[in-house]
Formats: sequence, structure tokens, C-alpha cells
Amino acid sequence: MADRMADPLLVVDRVTRRFGGLLAVNSASLSAQKERITALIGPNGAGKTTLFSMISGFLKPSAGDIRYAGEVITGEPPHRLARRGIARTFQIVQPFGGLTVLENILVGAHLHHRGRAEALATAEEVCRYVGLHDQLDRQADTLTVAGRKRLELARALAIEPKLLLLDEVLAGLNPSEIRDIVPVIRGLCGRGITIVMIEHVMQAVMSLAEHVFVLAEGKVIAEGAPAQVAADPVVIEAYLGHGAAAKLRASHAH
Amino acid sequence: MLSPVILIPAILNGLLMGAVYALVALGLTLIYGVLHIINFAHGAMLSAALFAAFFAFRLFGIDPYAAVFLLAPLFFVLGYALQRFVIGPASHGDDRNMLLVTLGIAVVVENILLLAFRGDTRTINVPYAFETINFGFTFLAVPRVVGFAVVFAVALVLWLILSFTDTGRAIRAVAKEKLGAELAGIDVAHVYAVTFGLGSACVAVAACLLIPTYYVNPTVGNAFVLVAFTIVVLGGMGSVPGAVIGALLIGVVESLSGLFLGESLGQIGIFIIFIVVLLVRPSGLFGARA
Amino acid sequence: MRGFIPIVVVVAVLASVPLVIHSNVTLNFLVVALMIALAGQGWNILGGYAGQYSFGHAAFFGTGAYVTAILQVRYGVNAWIGFGAGIVCGAALGGVIGALTFRSGLRGSYFALVTLAFAEVLRIIASVAPITGAGVGTLIHLDLGARAFQFQSRAVFYWIILGLVTLSLVVARLIKQSRFGAWLIAVRENEDAAKALGVDTSSVKTTAMIISGAMTAAAGCFYAQYFLFVDSGIAYGTWISIEALLTPIIGGVGTVFGPLLGALAVRLLGEGAKLVTGDVPGLDLILYGAVLVLVIWFTPRGLIGGCAQVRGWFARRGRPAVPFINEAGHG
Repeated sequence: MADRMADPLLVVDRVTRRFGGLLAVNSASLSAQKERITALIGPNGAGKTTLFSMISGFLKPSAGDIRYAGEVITGEPPHRLARRGIARTFQIVQPFGGLTVLENILVGAHLHHRGRAEALATAEEVCRYVGLHDQLDRQADTLTVAGRKRLELARALAIEPKLLLLDEVLAGLNPSEIRDIVPVIRGLCGRGITIVMIEHVMQAVMSLAEHVFVLAEGKVIAEGAPAQVAADPVVIEAYLGHGAAAKLRASHAH
Repeated sequence: MLSPVILIPAILNGLLMGAVYALVALGLTLIYGVLHIINFAHGAMLSAALFAAFFAFRLFGIDPYAAVFLLAPLFFVLGYALQRFVIGPASHGDDRNMLLVTLGIAVVVENILLLAFRGDTRTINVPYAFETINFGFTFLAVPRVVGFAVVFAVALVLWLILSFTDTGRAIRAVAKEKLGAELAGIDVAHVYAVTFGLGSACVAVAACLLIPTYYVNPTVGNAFVLVAFTIVVLGGMGSVPGAVIGALLIGVVESLSGLFLGESLGQIGIFIIFIVVLLVRPSGLFGARA
Repeated sequence: MRGFIPIVVVVAVLASVPLVIHSNVTLNFLVVALMIALAGQGWNILGGYAGQYSFGHAAFFGTGAYVTAILQVRYGVNAWIGFGAGIVCGAALGGVIGALTFRSGLRGSYFALVTLAFAEVLRIIASVAPITGAGVGTLIHLDLGARAFQFQSRAVFYWIILGLVTLSLVVARLIKQSRFGAWLIAVRENEDAAKALGVDTSSVKTTAMIISGAMTAAAGCFYAQYFLFVDSGIAYGTWISIEALLTPIIGGVGTVFGPLLGALAVRLLGEGAKLVTGDVPGLDLILYGAVLVLVIWFTPRGLIGGCAQVRGWFARRGRPAVPFINEAGHG
């Protein structure tokens, strides 16, 4: 693992979350290096979004700690974390439906800009950056899926975060839309933003992420560089089922 | 004041009264559990049902306990129609709008009743109204005992319907996961309407049980329904056992506080419980955490 | 600054009314309508902007009315100071209810219930507590003169309530173009998304409730001074809870002028019904309930929203709205 010199911006330390009898996240640990893209992958129901909800303050861990920029943030409410610089997008997009695109982003921009003129300027800049500048005045609930994803991203960027949690931001996009949005995401690291992304679109994970964590049934079962993880038999089993890794090896041998 | 001779009947009466509250609360909690809104028209329904039972007796000589079999289906149909053709379409699927629409209906119904029947209090006279049964250590009023029994019968019927009929299963499915139920082909609008109808039928039965010993005027429904709100919140929104147990508890509390504090302050006691529960444990005793 | 021009125009027009119309009946009608508009604007800040629907705004109205009346009648406090005290008490009550309910995370149905319960508790207490005169109510002695906030001329009352309404319009406009307003609306549209963007939702909602309480209490204070009599049914009755929510919804929930428009419409409706059917008690409430249901059904955005809908329809002139396929190239 490269770059052990710098302290990770985000450290999730053996975090556990129970829902009644269900163990959704089981002593999971991960870390995200500053200004790098870290991916969190795993089969459906693995607990990835639950983990994000805990990092962003929407859920409290049943056990374990979360540290951001060296400080313990476990259990802090979402708005306080947003002010610290942690932004998240939602897996099921949550636009302010009745407001325009610009008004949506404005809400985020207002976090660090009290005055309306300043906030508007910031919002417009963000809008331009994600490529929505020709739809400033469209009502958010009339956008296409791709538009809504960009809006979700734009809103999160408007709060000027240092850590951006992207929850399946590529889901529902067709290949050309994915191709358009990937460079936007990659460019964010250049602006000083650390990204942790939950993704199912493997091609994007391969091309974007520098470090990957694999979550299955609430536990981290593998981590490493994307190519390494993709070849890991434990990971293959988690996605394709018991014995799949052996079957694959056997079929390759022929 | 604290002698058992006075306390025990007070508690028992509280339980019996609580049973009737339970019936009203059952309707409310059922509607909340499935439609996820509080039916603000519930009180107006009760008032209307009380008047219906009153006129059934006065005009047609139908005994209240017999009227149950007439009014329960009637109010089921009324409730079904109200939800299917007014509340549902008017709300456009928005919870907040549904609240407002039920509020509007409540205001309309109550004031129509006020207009038609004015604020005068009416009562009916049935021969068994003041009869009591001797339980050995105390005497209990016949209507109250009958009421208690009927409530449990109704609760049982409801439980049977919910657990074993197709409609009941559909209702439980919609209550748990509306989108999934819709995708599975369940007609959600119909289920909502059936639930509303069941809730209204409960209210009609409660009215028939109340009328032998209670007075009738347009504002009675309101008084009952605010107690019912308290019960539903205490027992847990959407929980049937919660409604029953909460109702019995509140019945006893009301009886005892009436004994010690007098009528109006007793009412405030209920409200204070209500507000405290909402603030401290909104999910109630048996409700799912929001 | 541009946003305030409509307010200036409307207020100027309304202010000139007593110069032209001298009928006491008309002036009285307008005074009451404006008072309801003020109460409704209070509701609008909480319900229209923040999306928290209160079913018990009578709690604030009645508190304003009683505080004003009781301070004068039992403690000899000057009427104007009493007025101010009533507003402060309304604000404080808003802060208390807000802090209690929003910190517990209560929303939607629960919030409506709690506000209803608070209003009812206050009504019951007021109907039995000696300090409010219990069932008999509180009567403010006639003492015409500016010092006692009582005026012979209805026109003066009219201008005073108009002044208060103007203040409420200005506050509503200011909120709308401020950060606070953007946050309120965000909370209304999607509370979780707002939290993720750094909005302290309970604090924002509580502040809205304080402002809301102050405005509706002001309407109550005015009631006491204008009618000189308050009892528990008037102060904390369902009638004002209903009118306070009805007027913004009819006029246009979440708009600046909605409550004003709605109040005029609702009151006109009430008066019109009385003309047609005679003074039947409760008829106006029946109408209000029916109108509430009809408005939500057919024009949920109220009169102002309805106009926008019609304008939009004319602008498109039957042309279909932009289809999604146009978005193909650029998401």
C-alpha cells in the first residue's frame, strides 16, 4: 500500500451497526487518503450505504469510532459534519423538487456564504463545473436521471467539502453519461477534495479509484488496488457465490 | 378516598370506559398504520355515528345493541366512499394535504351537525341503562360490561380479518411497504379505502356502545377523539395491542384523576400525558421507532 | 429592493381606502380581514415556508389576546406595553413549543397533533382559571383615547392593523430572500437533504416558530383592543386555528401575499354566505371546511399559484412541455 506517510483524512475504526437482531455492519474498518479516490464496493445489502449513513451522521454506530482530520466525529449530527466539510450524496437522489436547479445548489452554497449575492455566485460556478449551467432555471423534478445525479453532486460540492461521499452516483446512467461524468469526478481531487465512492459500475471503479475496500455481509473482506481486489478469490466468491472462484479458475485452465 | 371500596369500582369503571376508548383508538391506529396519517375526521365520524344511533332508536325503535349490525356496515361504506372518492383524490398523495383534507371534513361534518341539531344534549332511555350486575365485591353497570365484551369481540374479529383474509394480508402488506405492495399488484387505493371503512365501522360500534349511558351532542366526538389520540400515541401509532392496552390505562387514569381532581382538570391530565409521551417517547409503548 | 415594490404599491392602495370609503360596516369588515391576514401570515412562515403544518395556531392568538387584556385589566399596565408584551409572550410560546417538539424530531402528523393539543390545553385552562375570568371572560373597560389604544374612529384601527400587516409582509419578503429563508424552504422540501447540506433543521424550525408565534400573537393582541372582550372560546377556539391555516392555503401557501389574498377571499365568502342564507351560526365554518377540501383538491397552490398555473398554460399555449428526449446529449 503506497503513501503511508500522509495521515488518512477519514478513518473508520471497527464500526458496527445493529438493527434489532440484524448485524448490518460488523466491525468494519477503512480509511481514505487525502485528495485520493477510495472506492467501497460489495454485493447488494452488504451494508455500504449504512456505513455511509454513519460516516455522515445520519446513523449512530452501535460500536466503533469514526475519525476525520484526526478528530473523533462519531455520533455528530449531519449538519455539524457538513460544516466540518463532509458532504454526501444519496443513493436515491433527494432533490428539492419544487425548487430550480440553481435554488437547489444555492441552499448548499449558503452554508459558507451568508449573503445571497455571494452564495448565488458560488452556486453558479458549481453549476457550471458539473455541466448544468444551461438548466439553471429548470425545476429540479423535471430533470432526467443524469441531470438529477449531476444536481446531487453539485449540491454536495456547493458546501465546499473536503470529504465527499458519493453513494452510487453513477447508478442509472447510460455508458455515454458515465463517460461524461467520470472526468468531472476525477477533477475534484485536483481541487483538494477527498472522495469515497460506493459504486457498482466496475469500469468506473477500475479507472477512478486508487484504493478499494470490499464489504460483504457487513464485513470488510478485502482491500487494495483495484486490479488486486478484482482478482481476489474471496471477492469473487462474495459476488458470484460459493465455489465460483474455483469454477472460474477451472474454466480458465481449459 | 383511598379505600378499596371506592378505588376498586373506580378502577373497574375506568377499565370498562377504557374498552370503549379502545374501540375508537383501534380505528385511528389502524388508519394510521396503513395510511400513515392521523385521521382528523375521526371525531366528527363518532359524532355522526352517535346521532345515527340516536335516531335509529328514536325514530325506528332500534335498540342500540341491535343497531350495531346496521350502523357498522353503513359506516364502513361511508368511510370507504369518503377515502376512495374524496380524501384520496383530493390529497394527490401528499401526507400533509391528507391531514388538511381530513381536517376540512371534520369541520364540515361537525358544523353541519351543529347546524342541524344545535348544541342541545340528547339522551335516550333504554330499560337496561341503569341496571347493574352484582359481581360480589362490587356492582357494575350492564351497558359498560356489555361494552367491554363487545370491544374484545370486535378486536378479535379485526385480528382475524387482518391475519387470515386476503384483504387483511393486503392491508398488512400496504402498511409495511406500499411501493412493494403496489408492484405486487395490490390496489392501494382500494386498501386505503377498506382501512378507512374499517376504522369508521369501529367508530360506529363504539357509538352504539356509548349511547345507552352517554349524552349526544355535536362536540362529544371531539372530546373522545382527543382522548383517542392520546391513547394511540401512548400505545404506539399503528399498534393494535398498543391501542387496547393504552386505552385501558387511560381509562383507569381518567377515572382515578376524575376521582381526585374533578372533571376539567382530569381532562388536562390526559393532555399533559399526551404531550409528555409525544416528547419523551413518541413511538409509544408498542410502536415501531419512526 | 425590487422585491418590495409590490408591497409598497399594495399598501399604498389599501391605506387610501378609509379616505374614500366611510362606511363603518365596510371598514369593520376590512379591519377583521386584515387581522386574519396577519394571523395567517404567522402561520404561513411556519407552514408555508418551513412546511410544518400547525393545527393549533390559536395557542398564539389567544396568548396575545389574553396577555394584552389581563395586563391592562388586572395589573393596570398601559395598553401599548400590554400589546408588546403579548407579542413577546407569543414569540416565547413559539420558542417553547418549537424547542420541545422539534428537538424530539416530531414531524408531520405528530406536529399537527401536538399543536392541536397545546391549543386545547390552553383553552381548557383559560376556561377555568380565575385570572382569565374563567367562563365569563375578560372585559377591557372602554377608555377612548390613544393612551389606552382605543379609538373612536375605525379608520385609525384600520391603519394600525394595516401597519402591522405591512410589517408582516416586509418580514415575509426579507425572509424569502435571505439565507434563513432558503434554509426554511429546504427543510420544507426535504429535511434530510437539508441536514446533509449543513442546515441545523431543528434550530431553523424553532426560529420560524418564534417569528410565527409573534405575528399571530400580534393579531390576537389587536383583537383584544378592537373588540375589548376575550374569552376562552374566542382566544383559543378552533375557529382561529382554522382561519389561520385556511387563509394562506387559499391565497397561496408559501407566498408573501398569499395570506392577505386568502383572508380577503375567505372573509368575503363568509359575508356572502351570510347575505344569502341569513345569520346562521356555524355556516361560515362549514363553508371554510368545504373550501379547504376543494382548494387542496383543485388548486393546491392557492389563488396565487392558480394564477401562475393559468399564466404558464397561456405562455405555452398548448405547446407541450419540454420533452425528456431533448436531454439526450447533455444530461
